[in-house]
Amino acid sequence: MNAEIVIIGSGISGASIAYNLAKAGHPDIVVIDKGYLTAGATGRCGAGVRQQWGTKGNCVLAKLSIEFFGKAKAILEYDGDIEFKQEGYLILATTQEEVALFAKNVKLQNSLGIPSRICDRQAALQIVPHLNPDSFLSATYCPTDGHLNPFKMTDAYFQAAKRLGVRFLFQEQVTEILREGKTITGVRTDKRLIATGKVVDAAGGYAREIGLMLDVDIPVFSENHEILVTEPVDKMQGPMVMSFSKNIYCQQVPHGSFLMGRSDPTVKPGHDISSTWKFLDEMAKTVTEIMPKIGELRVIRQWGGSYNLSPDRQPIISAVPEQPGFYVACGFSGHGFMFAPMTGLLMKEIILDEPKTLDVDDFSLRRFHTIQNKDYEKSVV
Amino acid sequence: MSEKDIIICRCEDISRQEIRQWLEKGYTSFEDLKRQLRVGMGPCQGQTCAELIKREIASFLHTDHESVPIHKQRPLVVGVKLKAIAEAGKDER
Repeated sequence: MNAEIVIIGSGISGASIAYNLAKAGHPDIVVIDKGYLTAGATGRCGAGVRQQWGTKGNCVLAKLSIEFFGKAKAILEYDGDIEFKQEGYLILATTQEEVALFAKNVKLQNSLGIPSRICDRQAALQIVPHLNPDSFLSATYCPTDGHLNPFKMTDAYFQAAKRLGVRFLFQEQVTEILREGKTITGVRTDKRLIATGKVVDAAGGYAREIGLMLDVDIPVFSENHEILVTEPVDKMQGPMVMSFSKNIYCQQVPHGSFLMGRSDPTVKPGHDISSTWKFLDEMAKTVTEIMPKIGELRVIRQWGGSYNLSPDRQPIISAVPEQPGFYVACGFSGHGFMFAPMTGLLMKEIILDEPKTLDVDDFSLRRFHTIQNKDYEKSVV
Repeated sequence: MSEKDIIICRCEDISRQEIRQWLEKGYTSFEDLKRQLRVGMGPCQGQTCAELIKREIASFLHTDHESVPIHKQRPLVVGVKLKAIAEAGKDER
């Protein structure tokens, strides 16, 4: 088998990169995944999409991506429903430090054209009436943030890429990347050899391991983040409710279920994605404190997925200077789903050496070596 | 009885006709069908549909029923109210 480009990983990043390249006239692509479509972090994510970030890079990636999601069904000619809803994110400030930080964040967001605003307690309660008023000081709200179905959105990219001629190989694992000198010549899997000169690492939680096959040490690590879902009920909450200090995000999806997650500060780096009793206990306590009414809902399932974390909690969408023909899209730090439209577009521009929609230095691997006093994204659960 | 009146997944109201349509489209594992149709994701967590869908997959692929894997079984076994979990430890200290 031959391909101009091999993409490793068929989550939403790999599918979006494949689609963008094929659309630009380069459909000779093979996408390889060791599981099924969205088996990794994409299919496990909370699937919120927000623009309320603390760094310029994340704000711009998010804003342009959300503009794409609004048009995705038409652009990708998808016959299913991607279940996109834009009813905002309400982010609670529970400490004076957060009140000050969020004021700064909203100023940055507004300067980039993101319509976020500060809400006092009263205004926040009008948006989400079942909030416990004693659990927060103020909030910020951006009405164009939202949610969409990660399986359907990835399927839309997958179908569109397939129609353009992209080949997908599932249940197949990359075991080796072959080189002659510094030139990439092929990818070996547990089933075949694919001759290629270009490899894209979109392997999510396993992105670092793929880099190591080429002696490229990508500065990322993976950790388990857990999540749960309740039974579906009639609509009672429009926006995602989120708090960094309380360590929670909680959203009712259009289908009716509530999805909620939090991180565990003591979790060790690694590939474990099992479910824990500790998460269930802490999650239940946190959500019932902030929104007591949600305590009446039954949990039906919990699971875990990998965050692939970069040193500054911003993505790596980059060529690799020391390894020609190798490209990296990883380190999304829990936000690869919502940035995927831009990941695909920017990676296409990098690979085809086209003019860039955004300054890609912000997302380069090089930034970790050359740029001092980098922005660090604090707005992460 | 028409294919579309045979309900395979009661939580999400998915018919045998829909299962067969998605099998035809190439979604031939339980995990793939689950992600497109929400089978196995409702309150019963696949206790009703898993065996039925396994048979549909086996018959479509002309393979042995026993060799078809079903979806990943996850906690909880039954639905439990969040409040009940939050308050469960109250009397323990």
